[in-house]
Amino acid sequence: MTIALDMRKMPLETRRRDLRRMTGSGWAISADKETTGRDEWTVCLLGIKENKDMAAFTRLFRHFAPRIKAFLMKMGSSEAQAEDVMQDAMAQVWRKAGQFDPSIATASTWIFTIVRNKRVDVIRKERRPEPEELSWGPEEEADPAEQTAAAQEQELLRKAVRNLPKGQREIVEKAYFGDMSHSEIAEVTGLPLGTIKSRIRLGLERLRHEMM
Amino acid sequence: MSQKDIKHHLPDAVISAYASGQLPEAYALVVASHVSLCDDCRAAIAGFEAVGGALLEEIDEVVVSDAALEATLALIGGASQDAIETQPVRPKSRSIFPGPLADYVGGGPESVKWRPIGGGVRQAILPTAKGATARLLYIPAGKQVPEHSHNGLELTMVLQGAFADEVARFGRGDVEIGDGDLHHQPVAEMGEDCICLAATDAPLVFKDLIPRVAQKFIGI
Repeated sequence: MTIALDMRKMPLETRRRDLRRMTGSGWAISADKETTGRDEWTVCLLGIKENKDMAAFTRLFRHFAPRIKAFLMKMGSSEAQAEDVMQDAMAQVWRKAGQFDPSIATASTWIFTIVRNKRVDVIRKERRPEPEELSWGPEEEADPAEQTAAAQEQELLRKAVRNLPKGQREIVEKAYFGDMSHSEIAEVTGLPLGTIKSRIRLGLERLRHEMM
Repeated sequence: MSQKDIKHHLPDAVISAYASGQLPEAYALVVASHVSLCDDCRAAIAGFEAVGGALLEEIDEVVVSDAALEATLALIGGASQDAIETQPVRPKSRSIFPGPLADYVGGGPESVKWRPIGGGVRQAILPTAKGATARLLYIPAGKQVPEHSHNGLELTMVLQGAFADEVARFGRGDVEIGDGDLHHQPVAEMGEDCICLAATDAPLVFKDLIPRVAQKFIGI
């Protein structure tokens, strides 16, 4: 008699628990950048999520606060307003850290979405309709390979943004800072969006399959 | 409902505008509703959000006040250990309305306050910020919406049934993009009444006089 451990036949919850047991708490093992390929800021964010790590928050703050403030000012905020909204957004980063999933987005992308939503809420004073959540579930242990892929893609994307010809870079920036119609961004070439889309698309497919 | 049945998706310009937070609320409601049913567009949004992340990394920093970190910690509540929220769970929508739309309506189609706009067609305007209007349309099977064109951008998503016009057939989850060039007369398919969510930023332009007059009174 073989005791085959076919995880695909287990109930999802059991499987997640077992995966966690096998991979440990996540933090202790995967904080090592060499083995997981996580970027520095993603590691900080996971430190907040898993250990309420104040030192990690402070590092994250020193890196992102000046960038968030700059971003908001580019979007038309005064310096005082940008400073306020930045603080609000960074507080939100702490509060919402439990929802961060490094296999979907890197820290910089996730923080961008927090800032974006804060701006809609506080500056534009509108509601932001969000899609139905897919229950990745708070218990889900993110797949290290997925996280590495997300981090690598983000790095490639960042390099691509940096290396865009001046005119193209301006189109992208203006689209995000709100100065330009978005019809033009579709014509910007050289951003490696395809790989990100297909990886996430595959991940969603797997998830839907599991949920059935 | 199957993901594969969705044939008409959101254009990149709309997806990037949503991902960057620039899309007016009424359109954003259509996007969030479509994405609740469509993994392709959900993944596309994630791609454009990653561009936002890259821009945030690449931007030239500005000086932040010395007191900013402490002020932020105070906002967190003295770094209260309990301040980290657990994942909020919005119950999965059980009606034909995807979650974000159900939030605006306060439930499924039974919660909508419909108003007749002629020809058996009914509508309900949803409360969104100025700049663009979101409305639900109820088109009985086989009936048609008066022939019209658009001054601005119209996004129409099918929630139930299907309609066809000069462009194509649109079923549940599909989004039709109408702009200044689209002049159409959508007809609901036989078999099931059609319910759509539509967002526009300018009044529709009706070809015939009667709807034009009605427009003044009922705000279609």
